[in-house]
Amino acid sequence: MDSPSSDLLEASADADVPFRPISRATGGDRVYRTMATVAASASLVIVTVTAVFLIDKARPALGKAGVRDFFTTSVWNPTVGRFGVLGLVEGTLIIAAISMTIAVPLGVGMALFINEYGPLRLRRPLTTLIDLLAALPSLLFGMWGFFALQSHLKPVASFLSTRLSAVPFLRAPSGSGLTQSSFIAGVVVSMMILPIITSVSRDVMAQVPREQCEGALALGGTRWGMVRDVILPFARSGIVGGALLGFGRALGETIAVALIITPRIDVNTHVLTTGGGSIAAFIAVHFGEASTLERSGLVAAGLALFILTLITNFLARAVVNRTRIQS
Amino acid sequence: MTTSETSRDVPLVQDQRLLGRRDVMPTVAAALGAAGVAILCWAVIGWHSALGVAVTTFVSFVVILTLAEFMARDADEVDLVEAERGEGEVADERPPEPDSELEPEQLPPVVLAAVPDAADVGDEPEQDRPVKRKKVRGSDLVEGLVAAFVAAAFAELLRIVFRMDSLVGVVIWWYIAFLFVYFLLVRDRADSESALDHVVTVVVWSFAALVSAVLVWMVLFVLFRGLPKLAATFFTQDLSKVGPLSPGGGAKHAIIGTLEQVGIATIIVVPIAILTAIYLNEINGRLAGPVRFVVDSMSGLPSIVAGLLVYTVLVTSHGFSGLAGSLALVILMLPTVTRTSEEILRTIPGGLREGGLALGAPEWRLARRVVLPTALAGLVTAVILGVARAIGETAPNDVSNIGADTTNTSPVHGPQDDLPLFVWKLIRSPEDTQVKRGFTGALVLVMLIFVLFVIARLVANRGQRKLGRVR
Repeated sequence: MDSPSSDLLEASADADVPFRPISRATGGDRVYRTMATVAASASLVIVTVTAVFLIDKARPALGKAGVRDFFTTSVWNPTVGRFGVLGLVEGTLIIAAISMTIAVPLGVGMALFINEYGPLRLRRPLTTLIDLLAALPSLLFGMWGFFALQSHLKPVASFLSTRLSAVPFLRAPSGSGLTQSSFIAGVVVSMMILPIITSVSRDVMAQVPREQCEGALALGGTRWGMVRDVILPFARSGIVGGALLGFGRALGETIAVALIITPRIDVNTHVLTTGGGSIAAFIAVHFGEASTLERSGLVAAGLALFILTLITNFLARAVVNRTRIQS
Repeated sequence: MTTSETSRDVPLVQDQRLLGRRDVMPTVAAALGAAGVAILCWAVIGWHSALGVAVTTFVSFVVILTLAEFMARDADEVDLVEAERGEGEVADERPPEPDSELEPEQLPPVVLAAVPDAADVGDEPEQDRPVKRKKVRGSDLVEGLVAAFVAAAFAELLRIVFRMDSLVGVVIWWYIAFLFVYFLLVRDRADSESALDHVVTVVVWSFAALVSAVLVWMVLFVLFRGLPKLAATFFTQDLSKVGPLSPGGGAKHAIIGTLEQVGIATIIVVPIAILTAIYLNEINGRLAGPVRFVVDSMSGLPSIVAGLLVYTVLVTSHGFSGLAGSLALVILMLPTVTRTSEEILRTIPGGLREGGLALGAPEWRLARRVVLPTALAGLVTAVILGVARAIGETAPNDVSNIGADTTNTSPVHGPQDDLPLFVWKLIRSPEDTQVKRGFTGALVLVMLIFVLFVIARLVANRGQRKLGRVR
């Protein structure tokens, strides 16, 4: 503890040399720095290990089915070793897309309400509410969707499928059921990705220079005019980033989807009808009673999901961070 | 200046009546036009579906009315042509800077939108007194009520015509019709700009109400479904000796498993996460960029992939166990706790650190004596929230830990059940008794999360007060 003061005296003794504080790491500092660095590299190691081990365990199934066939066909026949996840990937993307069409407007609306429209008194309770929504388990969302929401959404699905049957993906082939569909799963997932979209949008919207908003209002603009011409353009890339993050979450949503839809391996473009694909849900349902080879196939499917979400998250973070740097 | 302002005010002020003479003509015209279309459909084309004709008639009525309305407005606002000139450009244009000297004639329509509001307050804007805008005015209320009634009539009509049985459908139609009618009513009084503003306000409020309602619905749902089976035996028995149909049986094994697994995960996560946060924020070394990026992308890692990872690394060689489950939880908790801790550390004022360094403290003492104590409350909150999130994770355990029906107090040997897994298995059972047990398990889970959440909030509030004092 005495070294800094003596250094300081020595340095000031040389009159002509400008004073430069000497920072010397003590022994304790070195331990502290090493510990922190090791801890920080843990996450780097985890991601690397994930990739390596997933690829390693997926190899038997990929080798048996062929990498190209694995991504371009829709079969699941573990006994002869034929695997193809095209239908599952397509189903995953469909569910994510449905949840996005609901969650993005709803999430941006919530962010606007908390930041701009709602009374100040409601701001904190609503923030807590959004946090709570994020903390509730996926399982609960699935139970709610399956036991409570489904019966209320069925008439909506039946309305859409009969009155808007001109739209190809809303059509329901005769004889197909309207429960346990990608549509219902998408609605439930939208509630689950709502918190992340809301909180990211809120963060970005809070960074809008207040003078610009007040300027717009002072010029006599309506509140919507202010939101449309000042806040939304400013926050646009942040909202896009938040939406992408939500998309990543929606892709990986497992238990809620597994509870609601009947998993099916082939491509089903009729989103309102029973059955749909979802990589995560498919793994969760089939893993328990799978053979070794099938588990390898499931790991390969998980690898596909991992890559899909990693790309989405990279993109999302790049967009969000760019916004943060700009401001 | 004053003359141009009054000339702009006049037509708008006249719009204050709810239903003017101006509105009668277009309505009559639209009704006649729609009747014509109906006759055309029925008699000439020979389309004898009452439903189709009714819908076509209604649609053509609305279309003609809208067209007539636009034409009438154009005729009325000839003297506003000067002011409307900028209309096309306004969408791309940012609102003008306050100091730019615009003549009132060149003001974009955004500005015009406020004029009806000023008219509401009467003469006051003439003086230099600040005008306090009321949030909800009487006219808003009247318009809202009228729109609600009209929309209700419309929804009822649809219900009768389409024979819709579902309440949800009727409510959705009512909402759409309400927004539409409300928009038209406000536009009639003021202009499109403030009508849009009103409609957006209604939409945003209803979004907030919808999300709150969903949360309340979910909580009440699990409460009512789970409460009947909640008894003391639920905490003292497991499922090893209970058949699917027999009474009794509980989740003792699952609760023990959950506590152990989450406890182990927390013990592993806390030091790593906090040290990583310190590395990112205090040391900010060469690895900070990549680590931050990886932590960010890990926070979006699907939970099932975390489970698969533990399965491939650990379970294939050592078999299923509670420890494997808690390691999967570690992977899931790590990024969230790290991120929040880093945010907390960032809020510590830099002056505190500089003070410590200026007094000659080495970095590690600075971290131990200044940074961590100041951030303590925030860090505790971050950890509790991480635990609350991990406690309900099902997917990783489904893959890495399988679960069991018997009580297994050792997390290292053999499969060990936990609450989410307990619920997940029972809820899919065809037996009603099992499903009820599952709901009770979910209720216990939700109560645990609520308790953790409330504690986190309390700690966070205390911490904020403390940090406020330091500042």
